[in-house]
Amino acid sequence: MLTYVGRRLLAVVPVLFGVTLAVFSMLFLVPGDPVKIMLAEFVTTPDQVARMRAQLHLDEPVLQQYGRFVGNALRGDLGMSIRSRRPVATEIGENLGSTGRLALASMVVAIALGVPLGLIAALGRNSWLDVAAMGVALLGVAMPSFWLGFLLIFVFSLHLGWLPATGGGDLPHLVMPAVALGTIAAAIIARLTRSSMLEVLGQDYVRTARAKGLGGFAVVVRHALRNALIPVVTVFGLQFGNLLAGAVIVETVFSRPGLGRLIVGAILSKDFPLVQGTVLFVATAYVLINVVVDMAYAYVDPRIRIG
Amino acid sequence: MTSAAALVRQRGALLGLLILAALGTMAVAAPWLAARDPIRTAAREALQPPGARFLLGSDQFGRDVGSRVVYGARVSLLVGVISVSIAVALGAPLGLVSGYYGGRLDALIMRVMDVLLAFPGILLALAIVSVLSPGLGNVMIAVGLSAVPGYARLVRATVLAAREHLYVEAARALGGRDGGILVRDILPNVVAPLIVTATLGLGGAILSAAALSFLGLGSQPPQPEWGRMLSEGRDYLREAWWISTFPGLGILLTVLAMNLVGDGLRDVLDPRLKT
Repeated sequence: MLTYVGRRLLAVVPVLFGVTLAVFSMLFLVPGDPVKIMLAEFVTTPDQVARMRAQLHLDEPVLQQYGRFVGNALRGDLGMSIRSRRPVATEIGENLGSTGRLALASMVVAIALGVPLGLIAALGRNSWLDVAAMGVALLGVAMPSFWLGFLLIFVFSLHLGWLPATGGGDLPHLVMPAVALGTIAAAIIARLTRSSMLEVLGQDYVRTARAKGLGGFAVVVRHALRNALIPVVTVFGLQFGNLLAGAVIVETVFSRPGLGRLIVGAILSKDFPLVQGTVLFVATAYVLINVVVDMAYAYVDPRIRIG
Repeated sequence: MTSAAALVRQRGALLGLLILAALGTMAVAAPWLAARDPIRTAAREALQPPGARFLLGSDQFGRDVGSRVVYGARVSLLVGVISVSIAVALGAPLGLVSGYYGGRLDALIMRVMDVLLAFPGILLALAIVSVLSPGLGNVMIAVGLSAVPGYARLVRATVLAAREHLYVEAARALGGRDGGILVRDILPNVVAPLIVTATLGLGGAILSAAALSFLGLGSQPPQPEWGRMLSEGRDYLREAWWISTFPGLGILLTVLAMNLVGDGLRDVLDPRLKT
């Protein structure tokens, strides 16, 4: 297991190196002068432009700039936001909790809806239950989260008045955004659970368990579902990344503070340091989360760490 | 039984094809189908509910929602096709070269793809739009580029499998050149999975592009684009639900149809991919 952990951690280093290079290059790929674009809305003197260039260290050799970028990032310094003139790391810190809670709550929704839906479909294979469950999953995959958000607001806030439509905060504020964001992941998990469950139900050990005289429920839950969920666990990391990125949209729908709204606002106001810092942070978090999921997977399934 | 017959036999795929045919007709015949000019405003006719005068109601500027939805089909289908074309045009050659030649070139290409895949979901497209600046054209480029790694990996994996076939070895033994072998012997293996993945990718591309327009990073007003229309209807949810409901339905049906057709194609063309 330790060798596996070491190998997996080592494999992450070049990817993270590439991520910093890609994010660093963003400023150089902008068509035109990034400083002039960033300051486009202000009346500026050549002197101010030069000062900004110096503040961003754009007057140094590129390699030195990159070294500084990585060195600072490793120390948790992601530069200064152009608009708010505050450290990017502070802005991220303030918004991280809200997005983290949203992503986790969405994951809970995705699992709580997806696994039972897939299980029902698999157990009632080719029955109307299967068709209905997979129809729901098909709709879930095609549903734009922003429209689902509107529908939820329309029904549960404007008509029934049960839940607040906008804002961040406690549990009631979290319910609708989590459902809007978690639905696609729920649909994907449902489809995966179904196919994995069908495969497991055909295995010899399930037949053995039945032959031993175990009841249907014990066979399904203890013998089949436990094994069927192993491949489902692998998509958690991937889906968690999608949820983090999807928060961009859902946070806008519900006017909820978070990293997503931070990025969109930064893009619209051409605040490049803030865009770079936030993108770098989310990508790094995503890569590291996937490492953790892989390790959990290897822990659960010994075949992975040997192979 | 031919592939097409098998495809049509599947009710889901047939439903998908029917929806797509309707959407395609809408897109092509938009100028004749739309009752009004989709961008002409009329302040006095703002926020009219669906009825005889405005079939699907009017928005806060008095524009005909129905006409805008019809024209929106044009934008969405075009955005989907162009984005996926960009992704395939870049991803497929990269995967072909990577899989066939292997070695350092393969390692280099795949490491770059790994880095691109480190940006989850819509984040890569967001980063690209921020570099290129917002706009519908740049959204197509961004959505296309962010899908490149998926196609490169798929094609590479298919090529790796095909390379081991006896007929490829035979072609090489007969003195065939790399380029010829790639195109004549290996490429045909790649086509089926590529078509399936691209069809399924169309739905995803349309969804991402609509999301970016919803965020204000894509289509700019007054263009009738479904994602943008949804965000414009945001403040009128209570008094004019129709402004955002019909474009939302448009996105849902389009993506659903693409996925149904893609699933059907997969069963017919490439049963191995079935999950």
